[in-house]
Amino acid sequence: MDKMEKYIRDGKSGMTPIVKTVVRFVMGIIFIFGAYVVLYGHLTPGGGFAGGVILACGFIILTLAFGKGLALSKFSDKWASIIDNSAALIFLTIGFIGFSGGYFFMNILGKGKEFALFSAGTIPLCNIAIGLKVTASVFAVFLTLSIFGRFVSKLVDDYEDDTEKE
Amino acid sequence: MILYFLALVLFVMGLYCLVAKKNIIKKIIGIVITEYSINLFLVLVGWRKGGIAPILLKGMQKSEIVEKGVDPLPQALVLTSIVIGLGVLALMVSICLRLYEKYKTFDMSEINRLRG
Amino acid sequence: MEIFLLVLTIFMIVGSIVAIEAKNLLSSVISVGIVGFSLGIVFLMLGAPDIAITQVVVEILILVILIRATITTDNTAIEKHKDTFPVVVSLIFFGLFLIFAYFAVQELPQFGDPLPREAAAHYLDNGPEETGAMNIVTAVLLDYRAYDTMGEATVLFASIVGAFVILRRRGRKHRKDEDTEKVGILEDEDIKKNFEGF
Repeated sequence: MDKMEKYIRDGKSGMTPIVKTVVRFVMGIIFIFGAYVVLYGHLTPGGGFAGGVILACGFIILTLAFGKGLALSKFSDKWASIIDNSAALIFLTIGFIGFSGGYFFMNILGKGKEFALFSAGTIPLCNIAIGLKVTASVFAVFLTLSIFGRFVSKLVDDYEDDTEKE
Repeated sequence: MILYFLALVLFVMGLYCLVAKKNIIKKIIGIVITEYSINLFLVLVGWRKGGIAPILLKGMQKSEIVEKGVDPLPQALVLTSIVIGLGVLALMVSICLRLYEKYKTFDMSEINRLRG
Repeated sequence: MEIFLLVLTIFMIVGSIVAIEAKNLLSSVISVGIVGFSLGIVFLMLGAPDIAITQVVVEILILVILIRATITTDNTAIEKHKDTFPVVVSLIFFGLFLIFAYFAVQELPQFGDPLPREAAAHYLDNGPEETGAMNIVTAVLLDYRAYDTMGEATVLFASIVGAFVILRRRGRKHRKDEDTEKVGILEDEDIKKNFEGF
């Protein structure tokens, strides 16, 4: 019995085993599609924003189906904030490197061959940076909101306890 | 022509929801509908008859896209606007949860009464 | 083509009416989904597949966030204090707005036949050579107007930092030991402690 099997059999957290099994098979496809949309953003429809939100949706579906424990062990909020900040810095750095050729955000790398994956200079690099940033920040917001939900119920309990004492 | 007007009707309905409703979640829904209508209007203005997406595919002549391609500029700006809308929505919902935690209600006039 | 767009736009307006006037918050949130997904189809028909992908995915996220805001709280939107004044004033004002909008729309260029656009013509003509990107929307986004994208990234960053700060339970000054686990972010040992059961 591997680790995922244990998560699926666990009845306490998350949704029913049917949902968990389906999510287990769909997860890989979602992540591959998100990575494809980010990497091929300069050739096909998509780009950093759409791909990043798709990747974040993959993590969110993991959280909703399996509960918080599994998602936090795969991609914790600390890593989310680190990736968020560093991706923003990477994007800014790409912009500043453009100064070596003349102006801000100049496309200094070679254009490459048409319709090739490694073409269009700095655009794929920018796409990857933006994709990482959007993934991390959207997932961090979702984590903050969902973790906070526990506190609302807890606070309401505290409030009721106080009123009972009075 | 009528499509522009319908987009503006959607805008007005979002504003009405924002002004006249008392529930905070309803106000957020109004802001979201307003954003949608503005995005729709901008993309509608860029369209041209028989237009195709501004993406050069393999085996496509370049003159084809110059003749038929729709305006890429509003599309790029609307793309950023959608993602900004998501961030602002998260901020608004967090403020709402904070208010609910403090006042135990979503009603705006109730919150005003409790604060006063 | 135009008839499809017309039907979809009217569908969006009906969905927004339901979203505004529904008595239950959950059904009103789900009706926003009608508007958003129809908008995705409209974008797809208007030759904007980039925005259509983003709109559909973002709409799912908006639904998740809004349902999360409503699901644990009181689930009704019945207003206890009914004020007629804001409703009447806003209806009058927005009626006037729509009348003026009707005349303003007549002055716009015809739908499907926009004015000659020099910037768009330049991007469509020289985009693939100058940037190497075949998707001209991406070329505009990350090469011609990358400065704008940087501003967008900054706004996203700022709003998320704002959400983190607002959801923190207490300020840094008055934090006690028992509060640390309630501050938006969980530490490693808290995760271990709270999720040992897995």
